[in-house]
Amino acid sequence: MIRCNDVYKSFSGKTVLAGIGFEISDGEIFGLLGPSGAGKTTLIKILTGQLAFDKGSVVVLDKEVSSLSGEDKKSIGIMMDQFGVYERLSCIDNLKVFADIYGVPHGRIKSTLEQVGLGDAGAKSASTLSKGMRVRLSLARVFMHSPKLIFLDEPTSGLDPQTMRQIHKIILEKKKEGCTIFLTTHNMEEAYKLCDRVALLNEGAIVENGSPEEICRKYNHQKTIKLHLSSGEDILIPHENGSAETISRLLSDGCIETIHSSEPTLETVFLELTGRKLEEDE
Amino acid sequence: MRNSLIIIKKQLKDTLKNKTVLIQFILFPVMTLIMENAIKIDGMPELFFTKLFSIMYVGMAPLTSVASIISEEKEKNTLRVLTMANVKPWQYLMGIGFYVWFICMIGAGVMATGLKKEEVPFYLLIMAVGFSISILAGACIGIFSRNQMTATSIVMPVMMVFAFSPMLAMFNESIEKVARFIYTQQLKRIMDDVTFAGIKADGICILVVNATLMIILFFIAFRKKGLE
Ligand SMILES: Nc1ncnc2c1ncn2[C@@H]1O[C@H](COP(=O)(O)OP(=O)(O)O)[C@@H](O)[C@H]1O
Ligand SMILES: [Mg+2]
Repeated sequence: MIRCNDVYKSFSGKTVLAGIGFEISDGEIFGLLGPSGAGKTTLIKILTGQLAFDKGSVVVLDKEVSSLSGEDKKSIGIMMDQFGVYERLSCIDNLKVFADIYGVPHGRIKSTLEQVGLGDAGAKSASTLSKGMRVRLSLARVFMHSPKLIFLDEPTSGLDPQTMRQIHKIILEKKKEGCTIFLTTHNMEEAYKLCDRVALLNEGAIVENGSPEEICRKYNHQKTIKLHLSSGEDILIPHENGSAETISRLLSDGCIETIHSSEPTLETVFLELTGRKLEEDE
Repeated sequence: MRNSLIIIKKQLKDTLKNKTVLIQFILFPVMTLIMENAIKIDGMPELFFTKLFSIMYVGMAPLTSVASIISEEKEKNTLRVLTMANVKPWQYLMGIGFYVWFICMIGAGVMATGLKKEEVPFYLLIMAVGFSISILAGACIGIFSRNQMTATSIVMPVMMVFAFSPMLAMFNESIEKVARFIYTQQLKRIMDDVTFAGIKADGICILVVNATLMIILFFIAFRKKGLE
């Protein structure tokens, strides 16, 4: 569905993407995971033909991205990091604009609104919507013309956990319908839960890619054991030959209250690979 | 073409809810109706307010509304969403331009109510020309500005020059000497006579030069910035 090879992009001398390469097959959810400023939005713009790149090749829907026709673009749906809704128009009127542009019958607006959980909010003016509802409205716009390839730039950023889960459900439903989905996020739990494959992007380069489980397994050497002692202290013991003795000694002394093994998460893998946290503490 | 019509339809729905733009459209027509009916001073030229406000309408309404609509769509990212849906920039600009022109013509129709019947077509023609030049100017500003704030700060001085110089020129000879190179002042001169007979060659020249300059400026802006 998407093939991206050795893509470079720089803005006035500053390299933002340096040799990006990956492939996405039909029907999968592909997650681009990286901290803010990594180049995620830039890459989406390139993949959707909104931005020219300096070097490399990008093939989308089996065509060079620059040669996609208007007809091809009808099978693509894009939600960028800013929603782009008409504030003063109602949800339905917002969608009507795009139904007309895509030649979709107005009858589909209602069902699309229901699909994203806005069934009752159709007549509401967009300016009165909460952030979560705005995301839903944007998703409705993206879904309305039934694209088979969907790009979502940080669809859940800034949402509360419950709304986030609802959005996840909507995205997974789209996958069931057979859509291929490319999404970016800086939330590793989200990537783990939603994505068939992820790529970790840092400073314009993909530092790792594969299925979330695969990546975590690969970095399993990081595995540690966490002991909670009766003194109230927590200690972390690495998986090493010598560790068993330490644990058995503590165990026979009766100092241990609980034992946890902690496997690497996408978060810790990212930290190990880049020395950076995904979500910068501000 | 179809996409331009969709844009016009969207704008029409938006108009009643968009106070900044709405007030631009109705302010001068309403003021004209009020002033022409309320104020009668001996020795005041016939249709003084209609002519004066008409020219101010030309210099203000299309300029500010086009610039504000385009820059708002940029700021709110809706323009990008439209172009991603394969609406071509020229289709968008056509839609906005025609919409504003159309609404302003309705405003002009209201302002024409005081005129003699046979003068109305001529009056509307003058207004139509003026609106078109102002729309191009507003589009240039919209294209150049990244957001509404920037657009407003550019619109203000430009609007002052276009809308107020004809009025100031009435009171001051030296302002008139400069103002006569501006299309609104020429339109004012033509309108003072309200016949084709009153049009002088130099007036037409200045109008054509103004229009050509706007068109060139518009294409430069459009080629340089597109709708980014
Ligand atoms: N139009 C632009 N001009 C100059 N620099 C840009 C532009 N767009 C993005 N950048 C830079 O590219 C880098 C990556 O940005 P972006 O792709 O938005 O990151 P992300 O979406 O991962 O947060 C940032 O350092 C940003 O400043
Ligand atoms: Mg981004």
